[in-house]
Amino acid sequence: MIEGISIYEILTLTSILFFIGVYGFITRKNLISILISVELILNASVVNFVVINKYLYPDMLQGVFFSLFIIAVAAAETALAISIIINLYRQITSVEVKDIETMKY
Amino acid sequence: MNFSYTILIPLIPLAVFLLLGIFNQRIKPSVSGYIGVFGLLASAILSLYAAYQYFFIIGKVDGVYQTFVEKTVWMNFTETLSIDMGILIDPISVMMLIVVSVVSLMVHIYSRGYMKDDDGYTKFFAFLSLFTFSMYGLVLATNLFQIYIFWELVGVSSYLLIGYYYTKPSAVAAAKKAFIVTRFADLGFLIGILIIGYYTGTFDFETLNNPEGSAILNWASTSFMGLSAITWALILIFIGGAGKSAMLPFHIWLPDAMEGPTPVSALIHAATMVVAGIYLVARLFPMFYFVQDGFALNIVAYVGAISALFAAIIAITQTDIKRVLAFSTMSQLGYMMLALGVSGYDGHEGVGYMASMFHLFTHAMFKALLFLGAGSVIHAVHSNYLKDMGGLRKYMPITNITFLIAALAIAGMPPFAGFWSKDEILVAAFEHNKLIYFIGVFVAGLTAFYMFRIYFGIFWGKDKVYEHTPKESPLSMTFPLMVLALLSIVGGFIPFSEFVSADKAGFEAHLNYPLAAIAVGVGLTGIILAWLFYKKENNLADKFANAFGVFYKWTYHKFYFDEVYLFITKKIIFKRISAPIAWFDKKVVDATMEGIGNKTVLTSEKIKGMQSGKVQDYAFAFVGGTVVFAIVFIYLWTNN
Repeated sequence: MIEGISIYEILTLTSILFFIGVYGFITRKNLISILISVELILNASVVNFVVINKYLYPDMLQGVFFSLFIIAVAAAETALAISIIINLYRQITSVEVKDIETMKY
Repeated sequence: MNFSYTILIPLIPLAVFLLLGIFNQRIKPSVSGYIGVFGLLASAILSLYAAYQYFFIIGKVDGVYQTFVEKTVWMNFTETLSIDMGILIDPISVMMLIVVSVVSLMVHIYSRGYMKDDDGYTKFFAFLSLFTFSMYGLVLATNLFQIYIFWELVGVSSYLLIGYYYTKPSAVAAAKKAFIVTRFADLGFLIGILIIGYYTGTFDFETLNNPEGSAILNWASTSFMGLSAITWALILIFIGGAGKSAMLPFHIWLPDAMEGPTPVSALIHAATMVVAGIYLVARLFPMFYFVQDGFALNIVAYVGAISALFAAIIAITQTDIKRVLAFSTMSQLGYMMLALGVSGYDGHEGVGYMASMFHLFTHAMFKALLFLGAGSVIHAVHSNYLKDMGGLRKYMPITNITFLIAALAIAGMPPFAGFWSKDEILVAAFEHNKLIYFIGVFVAGLTAFYMFRIYFGIFWGKDKVYEHTPKESPLSMTFPLMVLALLSIVGGFIPFSEFVSADKAGFEAHLNYPLAAIAVGVGLTGIILAWLFYKKENNLADKFANAFGVFYKWTYHKFYFDEVYLFITKKIIFKRISAPIAWFDKKVVDATMEGIGNKTVLTSEKIKGMQSGKVQDYAFAFVGGTVVFAIVFIYLWTNN
């Protein structure tokens, strides 16, 4: 609970963050940017968990714990994605989405 | 005392079949022959021991031979109705064990000589073992369903063996015919089994056959079209038996089955498989006798008598010696059926039942001998036809003598085996039904005539000049002939009625001298006529054939049964029923389904561009869809 800031303002902020992430995921052509966009989506949801926990159920901690798990998973996911991207770069010296379309075959 | 070791009797041939079947190419032919013979020898020894133990060590308890059953539940339907697998030891199953073992062993030994130069030697022995296994299983079955399973198994092995020369189109056609005709009859058998299972709640022979049991006492509780449902079931089961035993009108497969190798004809189509129908009726005999005062049993008697007469008449005119023997088998099977049909149940009343089993026993020996003898002749002259034979007694003394013994036995001449069993059958028929008795006597005369017709035709008659001088077959073939000839001589002296009878108590059978004298007189007449006609080459036979004219022609063509069947199936069923149905299937049912399929393919061709394979496109569609749903739900929410 933060004085002077209502839950609606924070939720508006996270919504904006979330949709920025979605927009970035759909429109970016660069794998790294896409990865960053995914991180934005995850972080928006993490903030949502914490905020809803704090404002609606102040005497509980489940939301906070859940956000910790999401952060851990996000870290692992990022590490994995980065390693894939680096490997990809070594193969075709590019991280552009259009260059790796052949993988769908 | 227990009989659990008898389970080995069918299992040994099964093991031999698997061994020879799996390692087909890797076993040397000479070795596979020995494996087959010795496997069967083990089974035969066990069977003989089982018979010895059953009849002599255990013997009668309270004046009745006991029934031993060992079984496990295989499939459970309800609390009471289940399909069991097991073995049942009682007088007729023990008797059949001996028949199957002895004949099968002799045929195995014989085949080692007869099939010597054949490419599929190992395969042949594998099939023989499969057949022997199935036949043992059929004989030892404890319930209707088990007997049905093995019933089909013998059908399959018969199919495989008839079509053994599979490069010959006629053999393939014969195999198919045998399978389809018997299968068609088995449909009746299956329906009968299901009706019995439905109304009595059991498949077990012991429960069904108990004269005080509910299955027999309650037959009147159900009725269908004027007859008890149980009677219908028994008639249907008899149809199955008639199919296997080549009774009218299901006999058409048996003559064609002679396309198989001769040892197969001896084993399957003379001694063992074709008596399965008789065995089945005998197995259910108390039901046949007690339900609705033996209505179904009367049908058995008349079908048997008519088949016996019909087949004997045809046998006279056939020129292929194996076909003569096939019709003779059919005629003798009719004899056994009619004997069952005229039998009573208790004590001496049951003479027909005992005579039928006795005749089954002796017939197996002398008919197998006739077939093996014919095989020996065919082996020597390389032809099945009577016109290619003659005067062979000089070249083949052992075959000649053994064939003569068998012919005398089947003609009912004392003291050979056939005399004793045939006499009992005629006694039973005489006491029960005079019409059937006269048919029986007439058939006895015909039997003697056609049998000596081929005997004189083969071994006497004209002295033919052969391209290759025929010579006596090797010992592996003549040894079984001699063993079976010995059995055909002494087989009749077994006091059979002491061992096998309908009520299992046994009784003392006496020779009925007047009836025996009549039968022997008729038989002798037949032999003498054959002697006049065929001993020396003359044209008496042709003159008679011309005198009978149309009748002779009809008989020669087996009364056109095959043609009638062909007409019914091809012209009526195929053309009038099957063809329109096939048209409907192709043009309506199939066309609908194919239309649906074609439309699906066309549609997917059109829309497949939507699948770009880019994750971002999918994500866009996903997010867009979610947004649309969200808007719709918010709209609905706020309007309430």
